[in-house]
Amino acid sequence: MRSRLLKLVAENLTIDRGGRRVFQDLSFTVEKGESLVVTGANGIGKSSLLRTLAGLVPLASGTLRLDGGMPDLLLQEQAHYFGHQDAVKPALSVLENLRFWQSFTASSEPESFAGGACEPIEALETLGIGHTAHLPAGYLSAGQKRRLSLSRLLITPRPIWLMDEPASALDRASEQQLLALMNAHLASGGLIVTATHTELALDKLRTLHLKAGDPAALPEEDAVS
Amino acid sequence: MNGWAMALFKRDLRLSVRIGGSALVGVLFFLAVVTVIPFGVGPDLNLLARIGPAILWIGALLATLLGLDRLFQADREDGTLDLMMMSGRPLELVVLVKCLAHWIATGLPLVAAAPLLAVFLNLDPVSMGAVTATLLAGTPALTLIGAVGASLTVSLRRGGLLLAVLVIPLAIPVLIFGVSAADAAMHDPVPFLTPFLILCALTLIAAVVGPVASAAALRFSSD
Repeated sequence: MRSRLLKLVAENLTIDRGGRRVFQDLSFTVEKGESLVVTGANGIGKSSLLRTLAGLVPLASGTLRLDGGMPDLLLQEQAHYFGHQDAVKPALSVLENLRFWQSFTASSEPESFAGGACEPIEALETLGIGHTAHLPAGYLSAGQKRRLSLSRLLITPRPIWLMDEPASALDRASEQQLLALMNAHLASGGLIVTATHTELALDKLRTLHLKAGDPAALPEEDAVS
Repeated sequence: MNGWAMALFKRDLRLSVRIGGSALVGVLFFLAVVTVIPFGVGPDLNLLARIGPAILWIGALLATLLGLDRLFQADREDGTLDLMMMSGRPLELVVLVKCLAHWIATGLPLVAAAPLLAVFLNLDPVSMGAVTATLLAGTPALTLIGAVGASLTVSLRRGGLLLAVLVIPLAIPVLIFGVSAADAAMHDPVPFLTPFLILCALTLIAAVVGPVASAAALRFSSD
């Protein structure tokens, strides 16, 4: 079971939020080392899809599963969610914020996923905010907070990264760094589902374009390697 | 305690100390409630001594309610709660640990202040000790019951008042047995231990029911 390839399978997902049907019968698969970029107009349900994958929005119908993952963990317990909110406590220092997430978040290391974890201080150095480690996080700029939130993904190994507008508030240099990190994650056998408006030069990229009006129609998927 | 629970406990305690004031504001509010009563009731020392335990308990209940609305709201607003639900840790235990940290930061100072405030109400040393003991055993129940209200109102902007309305009826049994145990210590023939043990039992029940109900409400609110 555990030696099987890592594969995220979504079948006939239907989601209702606030009494409104966001989309129905959405099916897709993401395999080890692949990234799925969800595109579409504002309000079309990109964030809802990511929050569903993160287990935060209940499914109205359909199934979601991770083949080849850790058998005793749920899908969302093997995923990192990098959303609009940074989950950074301004009263704690940068390092304290990160250390908390390191000990609090359970790690998931299926056999086919080779991603490792690094120490909080290394993660901060990687993202170029190592010099802020002992500052209260409240003094960080928006972009720095974003990078602190991103470093959370590096300290606990989990094969799935769910990223909602990962490049927002990041400058061009950090955006390149983000891409490098995402590609490194893919190369180590992880998988990424991301919603974005900006072009991301990811390896093994597939696009899922959400469209309004034809909720039952199959979404177009095009594979680019 | 497991590593993750300890990390959460330390973080919550550190946050309440750093952000500051939560303990002090609670105690000051407690002080305000208790000092205002003698002005309302009048300078009848015997009457004050008789209703003293009840006043201390009501003051502690109100002071506990004061800080509860931020128990989960702060974590929800910055997205921490979402990540906690995905962390792979049982949410019930997360709630229990958060309640424990919250009680140590806000409930324990109330218990510590009770003997001093008891002097204001002309309580003799025995009943002073009895009230403090009942508050020590009973205030955790108030926090745990309050956690249910806090998680039900987590998504509301101004949920504090609704929280109080929801929680006060549920806190009545704790209040009844807390006050009757403290009263029993003052009036000899009634045994102190019987209501006190029921109070302890209520706290234990709240420690089971509170986190389970609270976690269910938090899961529901994550949408």
